Amino acid sequence: MTTSPVPTMNGDSVDTDRARTWVQAIAAAVDQHKDHLTQLDSAIGDADHGTNMHRGFSAATTAVAAMEPDTVGAALITAGTTLISTVGGASGPLYGGAFRAIGKALDTPTAGTQQLAAALAAGLASIQKLGAAAPGDKTMIDAYAPALAAFQQQAGAGADLAAAATAAADAAEVGMRSTTPMQARKGRASYLGARSIGHQDPGATSTALVFRALAETLGAR
Amino acid sequence: MKKLINSPDEVLADSLVGVAAAHPSLTVNSSDRYIARAGGPTPGKVGLVSGGGSGHEPLHGGFVGYGMLDAACPGEVFTSPVPDQILAATRAVDGGAGVLHIVKNYTGDVLNFQMAAELAADDGVRVEGVVVNDDVAVENSTWTAGRRGTGATVFVEKIAGAAAELGADLGTTAALGQAVNDRSRSFGVALTPCTVPASGKPGFELGEDEVELGVGIHGEPGRARGRLASARELVGVALDAIHADMPLSGEVLVMVNGLGGTPLIELYVVYAAVAEWLAGHRVWITRNLVGNYVTSLEMAGCTITVCRLTPQLTHLWDAPVVTPALRWGR
Repeated sequence: MTTSPVPTMNGDSVDTDRARTWVQAIAAAVDQHKDHLTQLDSAIGDADHGTNMHRGFSAATTAVAAMEPDTVGAALITAGTTLISTVGGASGPLYGGAFRAIGKALDTPTAGTQQLAAALAAGLASIQKLGAAAPGDKTMIDAYAPALAAFQQQAGAGADLAAAATAAADAAEVGMRSTTPMQARKGRASYLGARSIGHQDPGATSTALVFRALAETLGAR
Repeated sequence: MKKLINSPDEVLADSLVGVAAAHPSLTVNSSDRYIARAGGPTPGKVGLVSGGGSGHEPLHGGFVGYGMLDAACPGEVFTSPVPDQILAATRAVDGGAGVLHIVKNYTGDVLNFQMAAELAADDGVRVEGVVVNDDVAVENSTWTAGRRGTGATVFVEKIAGAAAELGADLGTTAALGQAVNDRSRSFGVALTPCTVPASGKPGFELGEDEVELGVGIHGEPGRARGRLASARELVGVALDAIHADMPLSGEVLVMVNGLGGTPLIELYVVYAAVAEWLAGHRVWITRNLVGNYVTSLEMAGCTITVCRLTPQLTHLWDAPVVTPALRWGR
């Protein structure tokens, strides 16, 4: 990259390039963890989460690479639309809707920590509206909700983007692990009843990858 | 993994080429990924669109044709179709009388059809939906995603399709589809798991002497694991569960459906046990289907679906149908 970061009040911001990099970083992480996601899904679902996420984020990477976004959110909206059109299953509308909501809340050329916190909150609201799941149901929300809370707390304390995103990624991974002893109440895993206990939720696992990719994107200088 | 495929990633695309080649009565739109009647929409008739993950053939593409569906949207194997496909199919079959979506109750199917229905409504197409949830193995409560849609989907598609062909309006067609669902219950038993081509490994493991009771149609495990028993005993478990949920009486339509890896001779053994059980409970089978209609790739096992008939439902069941997988009366 030849341009230096645009200075803002707290010294750092997300720009259009970083938004695109985030999508690419998620695609790379999903590619790396594809078999693991599918393996988790075969224990309590239908063994397609890795394949579907891989198909979706590969297509999203291609789509955002082909565009010249003028706002931070533009690439994320395109990524979301692409996910809805390519992933299928419940993950398509849930992730696609979330990225579209995050993108719509970032309609400026750059965004700071507070604005990103608000955008991530809009993403969670989209997931909850569509999926009607609550924390503790053993879904992606169990990783997303604590990640958002950590990000908001850091943002409120005046932390920079990298620190807030790292705290979010750490919290998402704790949340992801917390799904193991839960009994699923939503999605296909809920059909297993008590037999879903003891398995980590694949959706929470891919959500943790999304937040780790954000931390890596915002941590890179 | 031992399958007759060219490449795990091309199974769906290759199979759609085969469907198009084998059935001149159907048209396959390979870019928008839907199967429709070759003649285009019937003016003034309610259009019926269903869809879901692939791997359940002949459901849904095999039920496209006169007297049943107007279009089917196949997703990737065991993955729901995406809204774009469903929207394209909905637009393509709208003959001006609106379109009925028949959706199996799985979170992904429901979300994607819901999104497509909203987009179609924006385009001015009237859309109603019937969500099929006949599987008694899942407790219907706030603690689950709700009951799954399985065998009753065939009944809903046939009977709603017949009504639409006879000129029923959208509301009436939807209400009939809903009534069929409400009067139907299913229970499945699996003897082996199945392997999604893209994953290459079986969805679960079963010992030589084990069966999965209350199994779904996506290779997901069921509600309990049991010992392999006689067909008569396993039918007893299934029909006891159905009868406890919806007391059976009068005339019924029964489907003994193979999950893909069970020979027809075993399905007839099961059917004999079903007929015996029902007769013992003074329930009379007046219509039946025995065969592979809602499969789960190569899974061995079967689902049993019972629908409490009314004279109207029997009449619509008997109405002519001309599809690759169901064909009578014309």
